[in-house]
Amino acid sequence: GLHSREDFQRIPELAINPLGDRIINAFFPEGEDQVNFRGFMRTLAHFRPIEDNEKSKDQNGPEPLNSRSNKLHFAFRLYDLDKDDKISRDELLQVLRMMVGVNISDEQLGSIADRTIQEADQDGDSAISFAEFVKVLEKVDVEQKMSIRFLH
Amino acid sequence: MFLLLPFDSLVVNLLGISITVLFTLLLVFIIVPAIFGVSFGIRKVYMKTLLKIFQWATLRIERGAKEKNHPLYKPYVNGIIAKEPTSLEEEIKEIRRSGSGKSLDTPEFELSDIFYFCRKGIETIMDDEVTKRFSAEELESWNLLSRTNYNFQYISLRLTVLWGLGVLIRYCFLLPLRIALAFTGISLLVTGTTVVGYLPNGRCKDFLSKHVHLMCYRICVRALTAIITYHDRENRPRNGGICVANHTSPIDVIILASDGYYAMVGQIHGGLMGVIQRAMVKACPHVWFERSEVKDRHLVARRLTEHVQDKSKLPILIFPEGTCINNTSVMMFKKGSFEIGATVYPVAIKYDPQFGDAFWNSSKYGMVTYLLRMMTSWAIVCSVWYLPPMTRQPEEDAVQFANRVKSAIARQGGLVDLLWDGGLKREKVKDAFKEEQQKLYSKMIVGSHEDRSRS
Repeated sequence: GLHSREDFQRIPELAINPLGDRIINAFFPEGEDQVNFRGFMRTLAHFRPIEDNEKSKDQNGPEPLNSRSNKLHFAFRLYDLDKDDKISRDELLQVLRMMVGVNISDEQLGSIADRTIQEADQDGDSAISFAEFVKVLEKVDVEQKMSIRFLH
Repeated sequence: MFLLLPFDSLVVNLLGISITVLFTLLLVFIIVPAIFGVSFGIRKVYMKTLLKIFQWATLRIERGAKEKNHPLYKPYVNGIIAKEPTSLEEEIKEIRRSGSGKSLDTPEFELSDIFYFCRKGIETIMDDEVTKRFSAEELESWNLLSRTNYNFQYISLRLTVLWGLGVLIRYCFLLPLRIALAFTGISLLVTGTTVVGYLPNGRCKDFLSKHVHLMCYRICVRALTAIITYHDRENRPRNGGICVANHTSPIDVIILASDGYYAMVGQIHGGLMGVIQRAMVKACPHVWFERSEVKDRHLVARRLTEHVQDKSKLPILIFPEGTCINNTSVMMFKKGSFEIGATVYPVAIKYDPQFGDAFWNSSKYGMVTYLLRMMTSWAIVCSVWYLPPMTRQPEEDAVQFANRVKSAIARQGGLVDLLWDGGLKREKVKDAFKEEQQKLYSKMIVGSHEDRSRS
């Protein structure tokens, strides 16, 4: 079984999510229009809750998909439209526009974007790199907010 | 060869005798009670026996699965993930609270806001409230129909034999019986209503028409082996009212019409349905629309209003969801029937899926396949609750009234009350909902107009 973008768009609650398209995009690897079950599960695996015993388990192996860093990376990729590992002012503007629709003027949105970049930017390149992103969100409880718990 | 001859005639004789016996039994036990509206209680006994067998079968599967260490597929009715019912505002405020020490009352944008949308989106991909209403409900115990069980593998000889026996009974004994009954019922309906149509208008005609309709619906009910329990029959719809009910399948009509006398509303079809519809309207005034008229909402509303205002005409039967839902929830009621201003008699119908799933998945099965599936299930068991009549209050509009009726029906039937439109089965969701979400979020970033003008 393979999924295409239309299959996801058929879920009404996802279609009304302002960032629905960005989330759907996260499932599809570069340039492809279909995702198989493995790819689907890989993306969902980011949202597994972090358990304590896993932290000490395998220090030398690759980092598990649901680590704090990978969860933050997932969110970073939602902002980073052209996948160049930086969130530029334009990209931030576009994502903001998706989230607010027609309710805020261009100038206001522009100033919000400028202020956000100003606060986060440390190396002066007017863009937010992943390291800067992590620094801004260091106090946020990522583990809880980006995890989905299964019942039973 | 000569030895075959007496054997042949013996077989023919036996066949003849058994068919005669079958038909006499049919007549005595099914058709005659249907005419008079009484019941021998055979179906209830049948239901109890079946339940005991199902429980045994389920235990056997679970025991067998444990022995062989197969993981059992268990359907979870209440969803598979833990969802918190908090609003957009509360969630985002919580995320911001943990992130920074800034005051929460000033509207502004934070990079962490995206977590809310991200998580909500992924949650809906894993388990959403709407798409699962459009496919058949999953059962927790097995009812010996291989179509409803994903665990069906060879567990034990006894179980397989039982299942095989079930198939034999259902397809070779029950199916022909039911088809014969259905045929009788429908032909009686068509001929009966046509004959009554020739009588002059008057009390005699109404009386006969009512009884012809009731009798034929009761035969159809037995043709499906439907075991129906009616509750609160004192609230049954009266003339000049509108009866609304939740919709699961076309059988809903037969179930309700076998206990009361209604005027149907619908579109004229071709083929067998069309013949039945045209015959029915000769005996009593149903409201049938041509295909072209259905699109014209004002015409539909006008005809319904005319019908309702004539107190001598029968109560109208309408299914406001507009499409078949799988009987775990009630979806949005279309407001058309609630604008007319008549008294609304809500009815809640809840099927017991253990004996046969009545949901018609019209994108998967056509009408004939669906009827065949119904006739080869064990039985259709359902409960019908007649709720007390409701009228529109002066301060509410049609949509609020529709929602109020919908909640009453959902509460009585034990169904989930959803605001989503049943039309989402086939169409995409309207952009207006997305815009609502965007508007809510914008308020969190820049505040509403009043805040801005103050500062």
